[in-house]
Amino acid sequence: MIKRILAASAAVAMSACFAQAQEVKIGLVAPFTGIGAEFGQQADRGIEQYLKLNADKIKPYTIKLIKRDDKNPSGADSKVAVQELLTQENVEALIGWIYSPNAFASAPVVTAGKKLAIITNAGTAHITLTSPYWVRTSFSMWHSGFPLGEAAAKILKAKTAVVGYSDFPPGKDELAAFKRSFEANGGKVIDEIPMGGPAQVPDFTPFFQRAKDAKPDVFFVFIPAGDHSAAVVKTYGALGMKEAGIKLIGPGDITQDTKLQAMGDAAIGLITMHHYNADLDNPENKRLVAAWHKDYGANSTPDFMAVGAYDGMAAIVHAIQATKGKLDGDAALASLKGWKDVSPRGPIMIDPETRDIVMNEYLSEVVKGADGKLHQKLLATIPNVKDPCKELKVGPCAGSN
Amino acid sequence: MIFGIDVASMVLGGLAAGMVLFIVSVGLSVTMGLMGFVNLAHGAFAMLGGYIVVLAMKSWGIGFVPALAVGFILTAAVSIILERLLYSRLYKAAELDQVLFTIGLVFIFISAVTLIVGPENQPLFIPDALRGQLNLGILHYRTYSIFLIVVGVTIVLGLWLGFERTRFGAQIRAAVDNRRMTESLGINIDRLFTITFAFGSGMAALGGGLGAEFLGLDPQYPLKYLVFFLIVVAVGGPGRVFGAFYAAALIGVLDFALKKYLPQGGTLFIYVLTILLLLWRPQGLFGKSA
Repeated sequence: MIKRILAASAAVAMSACFAQAQEVKIGLVAPFTGIGAEFGQQADRGIEQYLKLNADKIKPYTIKLIKRDDKNPSGADSKVAVQELLTQENVEALIGWIYSPNAFASAPVVTAGKKLAIITNAGTAHITLTSPYWVRTSFSMWHSGFPLGEAAAKILKAKTAVVGYSDFPPGKDELAAFKRSFEANGGKVIDEIPMGGPAQVPDFTPFFQRAKDAKPDVFFVFIPAGDHSAAVVKTYGALGMKEAGIKLIGPGDITQDTKLQAMGDAAIGLITMHHYNADLDNPENKRLVAAWHKDYGANSTPDFMAVGAYDGMAAIVHAIQATKGKLDGDAALASLKGWKDVSPRGPIMIDPETRDIVMNEYLSEVVKGADGKLHQKLLATIPNVKDPCKELKVGPCAGSN
Repeated sequence: MIFGIDVASMVLGGLAAGMVLFIVSVGLSVTMGLMGFVNLAHGAFAMLGGYIVVLAMKSWGIGFVPALAVGFILTAAVSIILERLLYSRLYKAAELDQVLFTIGLVFIFISAVTLIVGPENQPLFIPDALRGQLNLGILHYRTYSIFLIVVGVTIVLGLWLGFERTRFGAQIRAAVDNRRMTESLGINIDRLFTITFAFGSGMAALGGGLGAEFLGLDPQYPLKYLVFFLIVVAVGGPGRVFGAFYAAALIGVLDFALKKYLPQGGTLFIYVLTILLLLWRPQGLFGKSA
């Protein structure tokens, strides 16, 4: 009898041990409170949807997601969160980083921790050079800014542009990217207007008034994703810039899916370059959007932040399978170099040299659909864009790690 | 001529922003002058008003102007409850206690709004008549800005009449100038203050609703704009209605001009100017000297 109990408990203990070996702990670092809480929610839901829609790809492993709130773009809270995840929770890989300053601040800890770290949003071009363990499934600012400069000159036939940007590293990146390719294609940037910091939505009227007075063909605006975009579109409409013949263009942050409907008709005609919008016509995206509506309501929509996290989790799942659940930092990293997948944004690949994403960029225009809602109409696809900042070795992108 | 139009559009844009600052801050100015109470939660009432306006329009389908009235009334009502229950206990407390209490209240408001409505910005849909551009003869300008200027001027005239021509206004002026003397004349200061506080909060709510078009509306609102509200009160001089009006107009126009012509300086200039001004006149431009 006693023997039997012993044997049974040993079996239970062993199976528990076995089950534990199957579980992989992943740390998610994103803002869940404060001004960025909605971004954290997008990332969280993107991961949730990936795990739900691709349950068969994860077997026989299970993923335990441990979430830490990095609150704000200060960097300090993010660094502490990463440290806790690595040293107290002993996670096998990290995912998240909405804000660039937080990724910069966390880089030394990530390097010391020697675990795979997937950036699902933060877009300053040279972040990936700050630690050899970074892999980015979101974008670099240059991914959108550089092709848009060329498209503005060639497709939109613009000769002059004014650039308005939020004054922080991604804003300066985007300005540099756009300016370089716009001027290389015969355009001229006639004014550059810093429009306050990223943390607060300013009243854009003075800045836009300045841009309007300069009478450019296109007004290129970069603002961080989130609440800035509605104010940008409102101010553009209210100052009569459209009637003055000035086209508003920018990366997809100005037409973020979650903010688009609230902008109203003032948004019609906006032209953006981006790697994702919820209207993209491909089976992967249709599946994601349908599941999203079902789980979070018909008025809810995934945006590029959700898709960055969705693909980030896909990368982690690939690394788990490739390393047989061990996720040893260097082996996990090696398995992702050159990794390809079909994402809701189209085909993607991790560039083996830069660990940054290679993906399509889509030139889109906001139109009003038959359903009375705003949609993004595809104008042109620029295939397989590699981060031009690192390709051209511009400024800090010329460095290596 | 072109330069003239530039200047005119700058002044109009700045005045419009200034009017919102004035409408929100005037209540803060009067309550600060009246009780010396540092109510850092004043912006929370502006936010509350803004949310009531947006939600009333969305869920009840009422128009912008009736929604503003609802925002005014409900916010004033909430502020009376808070004033009687909480604020009134701290009138004699040290300034640090008042500051800690009201900033705590701000955080409660932020969390409550995040919990109930959500963290995202709430879009406000102003009536079509107020959208677009208005032809002013020499130039076209944003209709809503002109509307705000008209509303702001109407309000300051109304307040001036109320302050200078009514018995209640005289009581407030007396209490601002010398509270103990006023009390000894048999005027019920507690009641006076409750009414003024409620009215000031209602005004803040009105400003929150009117300003949402370009200040936006999200749970961080009370902290984002707190400094601007305080600058208006400090520069205008606590307790001075016209002081707050001139200060708000001045700050609105200066801020607009500096942002337009020197955007590289960001928001820096307005703070530097405020510091210089307060070094020169600590009691504010229009405050009485201590």
